[in-house]
Amino acid sequence: MSEIAIDVQNLSKRYRIGLAEEQHDTLSSAVVAWIRSPLDNFRNLKKLSHFKDDEGLDVMYALRDVSFQVKQGEVLGVIGRNGAGKSTLLKILSRITDPTSGHVEIRGRVSSLLEVGTGFHPELTGRENVYLNGTILGMTKAEVDRKFDEIVAFSEVEKFIDTPVKRYSSGMRVRLAFAVAAHLDPEILLVDEVLAVGDLAFQRKCLGKMDDVAKTGRTVLFVSHNMAMVAQLCQTGLVLEGGRVQMRGEAGEAINAYVQNVLEQPASAEDWGHKDLYVDSFQILNGTDTLDTTSPTRVRFRIHVRRQFWQMVASFTLSNAEQTTVVREFIRAPDDYPELLEPGVHEIELELPPLWLTFGQYVGSIKVAGHGIGEKERFETDPLFFSAKGGTTNRTGKGALPVLTPSCDWTIQPVAETHNA
Amino acid sequence: MADTALNPSPPPVLPNGASNGAPPPVADDVPVIRLEAKSGWQVIDWKELVAYRDLFRFLVQRDVTVLYKQTVLGYAWAIIRPLVQMVIFTVIFGNMAEVSSDGVPYAIFNYVALVPWTYFSGSLTASTASLVTNMAMLTKVYFPRLVIPMSSVLAKLVDFAIAFVIVFGLMAYYGVAPTWNVVFLPVLILLMIMTAAAAGLWLSALTIQYRDVKHASQFMVQILMYAAPVVWPASLILERFGETAYLVYGIYPLAGIIEGFRAALLGTRAMPWDLIGIGAVSAMFLFVTGALYFKRMERRFADVA
Repeated sequence: MSEIAIDVQNLSKRYRIGLAEEQHDTLSSAVVAWIRSPLDNFRNLKKLSHFKDDEGLDVMYALRDVSFQVKQGEVLGVIGRNGAGKSTLLKILSRITDPTSGHVEIRGRVSSLLEVGTGFHPELTGRENVYLNGTILGMTKAEVDRKFDEIVAFSEVEKFIDTPVKRYSSGMRVRLAFAVAAHLDPEILLVDEVLAVGDLAFQRKCLGKMDDVAKTGRTVLFVSHNMAMVAQLCQTGLVLEGGRVQMRGEAGEAINAYVQNVLEQPASAEDWGHKDLYVDSFQILNGTDTLDTTSPTRVRFRIHVRRQFWQMVASFTLSNAEQTTVVREFIRAPDDYPELLEPGVHEIELELPPLWLTFGQYVGSIKVAGHGIGEKERFETDPLFFSAKGGTTNRTGKGALPVLTPSCDWTIQPVAETHNA
Repeated sequence: MADTALNPSPPPVLPNGASNGAPPPVADDVPVIRLEAKSGWQVIDWKELVAYRDLFRFLVQRDVTVLYKQTVLGYAWAIIRPLVQMVIFTVIFGNMAEVSSDGVPYAIFNYVALVPWTYFSGSLTASTASLVTNMAMLTKVYFPRLVIPMSSVLAKLVDFAIAFVIVFGLMAYYGVAPTWNVVFLPVLILLMIMTAAAAGLWLSALTIQYRDVKHASQFMVQILMYAAPVVWPASLILERFGETAYLVYGIYPLAGIIEGFRAALLGTRAMPWDLIGIGAVSAMFLFVTGALYFKRMERRFADVA
């Protein structure tokens, strides 16, 4: 039997982006342009969908020569920065738009979820919207009939199912919309970042449902910015960068590649020679690649100071893959060292207690700043990438992973009932 | 030409990837879709439309349900609009200008024409705007785009049916008896739907790329109304300009439809089969070209809109 569910070959998609309009500096040229404008407008509108072989300045490739395959039953996370081509890829796969060149072959029934609640009409009741939305997503009426009770139960809006949706709270609307989407039964599911909806409890429920879908051997293509979700749901990952495939591999590797590429900071590549204050070495002492955060973490860095600085501040920042700052610690004068720092080389060591970070990709960096004579001087190191692990995630339950996974002690004891008469 | 196209193969019904030289999968019922750039004209994929018939149905239902929500008069509006127009036209054209009404009271002469006309103009306006108002849907999920303007056209049939009932009331009031030609009304109604659908296909597809259509539609509808034999009888053309002009006039499908309604219900004249025949051919032509143009534009909707 055929193993490949989605086969993408040399896929490219180009768009025309609007260019700035000509500026006119004389009245006569403005008048002439205004008279000619219908013709120009017509040309521009026509150009939106026609491309000549010569590529003008306003042609942009959203995807360029993208090839990859997705096996049946694979849960693939597609990650990349904004504008990397994720949405375009998803739009092509969902048949909303066509590729400019290349082709895709999809085996199996496809459902795509680029948003929840597509086609919801505020004047219609919940019931009517379930049917409308369900058929828009490709179900037949019979299918919706069969799943209707389940959908309503999942959405938790039973009481209001015959109320117009415009009277729903936004949370209720989203729950109902997601409930319909969650009951699609395709062989291949294309999902955009639509899961982050509703309150926390409902998000957990949605993730659980997604997890179930993934475990039933269906092929899922999941586009997200949320690395924790990708890490949790996907086995494999695809990183897009500037419309091209940057890497394709295990989910962990892909996330790592993405994090590096997002957090790359070209600004720190300044010439140290002109700096009077800089950091030339920065390391995390226990573990270079994988950090065990069940024990204390030691960070060491070295500052070069070339002239006198007052009120020097140094900070260590640790962020996770979702770019949430987990730790930021300062040392500052005069609490930690003299207010006036003499020129020379200083080695600074910071010891953090056990952090119990959830496994994943992290990035650390050091910033230093001080007041010299004249102006303030700053320096920020290149980020340091590493993976970390804390306790186990056996007890975190379903849903988005927590930031910390400390090892906790649970106790359970029978309590003698007191009888208060 | 770097045109792009969706292969219109329907997902649930394509057997074994038979088209486009896709290697046939071993599993029997696995549908294969191939997406690639394609150029040229595409034909309508009827199988796919059938697969999406439930969506079609719910979209029509939505348009019908939503139309008179939060109005006091509700479906009465379906009657009021043509009725008020009839009163205005009767005063101006019937009484003041004394336009010929082929021997029946002007009010009923005019109302019988206004019922199909109101349907046509209503469908035209609704379907022209339909793709733009449903843009959010078009850019988020795939389904045959054709169902959008088509459902607008079909939804207007409810108004048509309600307004039509009044025809019988007026006939009773003025003591006009229908002729045996009433049996041909379904044919005329089908032709009317096809004409409205043809216009809807052309204009909705044009509106996506050229919003000018939306601005032009107001006076376009007005021109089309005075061009149709709504306030005057088609016999006027025959009298003034002769046989050839009359037959050429038949190219406008509404001429045959409206005159046919009058002939069947009021017996003002013999069934104008010449007008209806010519109109049917031109309506068919408009419909087929409209569908082709729509399919050609369809694949650009998401990019251009």
